[in-house]
Amino acid sequence: MPIQRVFEGSIDNVQILDKDGNIDQKLDPKLPNDLLDRMYRHMVLAIIWDKKCIALQRTGRMYTYASLEGQEAISVGASLALDEKDWFFPTFRETIGYYIRGVPLETVNLNWMGEEDGLKLDKKTRCFPYAVPIGTQHAHAVGAAYALKFRKENAAVLVCGGDGSTSEGDFHDAMNFAGVLDVPCVFLISNNQWAISVPRKWQTKSETIAQKALAYGFKGMQIDGNDIVAVYKTVREAMENARSGKGPFLIEAITYRIGPHTTADDPKRYRNDEEVNYWKDRDPIKRLKIYMTKKGIWTERYEQEVNDWATKIVEDGVKKAEEYKPDPKDMFRYLYATMTKDMEKQMNECFEEKGGNE
Amino acid sequence: MKANMVEAINMCLKQEMERDNSIVTLGEDVGIDGGVFRVTEGLYNEFGRERVIDTPLSESGIIGVAIGMAAMGLRSVPEIQFQGFEYNAFHQIVQHAARLRNRTRGQFTVPMVIRLPCSGGIHALEHHGESLEAVYLHIPGLKVVYPSSPYDAKGLLAASLKDGDAVLYFEPKRLYRAYKEEVPEEEYDIELGKANILKEGKDVTLISWGAMTFVSKDAVEEVERQGVSVEHIDLRTLAPCDWETITKSVSKTGRAVIVHEASKTMGFGAEITTRITEDCFLNLEAPVRRVAGWDIQIPYPKIEEYYFPDKRRVIKGILETVKF
Repeated sequence: MPIQRVFEGSIDNVQILDKDGNIDQKLDPKLPNDLLDRMYRHMVLAIIWDKKCIALQRTGRMYTYASLEGQEAISVGASLALDEKDWFFPTFRETIGYYIRGVPLETVNLNWMGEEDGLKLDKKTRCFPYAVPIGTQHAHAVGAAYALKFRKENAAVLVCGGDGSTSEGDFHDAMNFAGVLDVPCVFLISNNQWAISVPRKWQTKSETIAQKALAYGFKGMQIDGNDIVAVYKTVREAMENARSGKGPFLIEAITYRIGPHTTADDPKRYRNDEEVNYWKDRDPIKRLKIYMTKKGIWTERYEQEVNDWATKIVEDGVKKAEEYKPDPKDMFRYLYATMTKDMEKQMNECFEEKGGNE
Repeated sequence: MKANMVEAINMCLKQEMERDNSIVTLGEDVGIDGGVFRVTEGLYNEFGRERVIDTPLSESGIIGVAIGMAAMGLRSVPEIQFQGFEYNAFHQIVQHAARLRNRTRGQFTVPMVIRLPCSGGIHALEHHGESLEAVYLHIPGLKVVYPSSPYDAKGLLAASLKDGDAVLYFEPKRLYRAYKEEVPEEEYDIELGKANILKEGKDVTLISWGAMTFVSKDAVEEVERQGVSVEHIDLRTLAPCDWETITKSVSKTGRAVIVHEASKTMGFGAEITTRITEDCFLNLEAPVRRVAGWDIQIPYPKIEEYYFPDKRRVIKGILETVKF
């Protein structure tokens, strides 16, 4: 037989809760009401926080900020799907997950306000500091997953990235090492259609990003990233599999960045309102609201309570961040485990000229 | 026992891996093959595939994964087979290994030792003879260790493996099997950041590291026979650098010669020269002189001997400085 087919593969796309709030009866994981409540209120919190940050940036109280509007189902659904012992490696667009896992909101604000203390994350939250260079975190996550496996911890790593990050060599490195080392690592790619101004189709000729997993010897799946039920269920199952030794997994969550890349970006230069409106109709909060209304959980009173709760958290987080006084000497202190004599000399010179630490 | 540098490093890795169960080593061919220079010989059989990992062929993958391991409590010891290929992992070293402690204000650290077979003079191929210390000395947050003898190689590696920061550990390939010397079998650490005064003298200070210390020793012997008294300092650690020992010595002798094999312009010799000028200006009797590789790409092996500083050039550098 001169020609043999040596490989075949396919990718499924999963949606459980459609844009109009209808749940697929077969796939319905029958999530308990308290979980639906947590999903809803944290998505609302994410958006109120997001709008607040943009307002702060516009009034000079925050530096460049990256909005998450439109993608909130991914970070909220995924972080709620993790076990306490799992590790969370988000990007800078998924910091609502930090809050869900126990990082104070003001800590994240500090980072956007230009202070390194914003990534001073308590290790007990099992949140890894996000990377600013695109895609480099994928490789760190694989090393972290190796450490968990090495210590036989019943835990796995969830690492996030965007569609643009899959073009980086680090993504290839990480996927390849993850497959070969067979580590408990789940890759969650938010395909939000745009890497600043470059559309998804110019990032890769591949039909899907999920199919890239097949080339590295493990499975991938595409999901509706604006469907928080699908996000939660898929991440939960992938993490369970990873913890039980079934190796890595790739999830491509299809979504859309409603806002600009960052506050420094003007998306009108490269995309039209029609496209944005198409995605606004697929809003993740709206569909969960309809579903919860049908279940009798969502009411006007509930909405008011959630909004008040979220606003209070955001206002409190901004107040604390704005009151926070960093110690500028820290920029010298944390370079090495022990400060070198040279560092000490430069530190003293730096603050002598500036007239001390005040 | 008598050991060459390969044996000394190998002995150290074995002892430290026995002492500390969190040490894992990873790289291309480091496992079953024992490394292309046999530095990791026997580790795979002794510690198994979990701790001695043959990785896919990717420098950036090796370092990226090793950073994740180190940040999560393992002490990773990645090997880059030839330092000339370390550029492929440069972004991970600079953007993450060097920065994680500071950008998380001490919450996350990268206690990783990158082993780097480096330096030339063994008739290897293109990209196989680089000595890239200057590149990393410009990056705040990294430590750079560069042994020049089997004894130092063992003690400096042992200390690096207990250090809290990311360490780039340079292994001059030319010295791997150049000679044997007494290397204690019991464990010992050589403190990082402290230079070694190989020989005291009064006329001129000679500063070197790695393979150039080996080359310079011959030159020092020769000029001493001609009546020149040389204080020879081997730096051992380039970052943090032991400026105190350097400036104290040059203040005494009034003259300094720096020998390094990397190209001259913007090499570490330039920084040392500046420091000496800043701190010992009134004691100087002659301009500080650098004996270094030429500002060219390291030639292919057939003509590489023209590139590296040799005994003749070091002698010339010393004598011209003394006679200035």
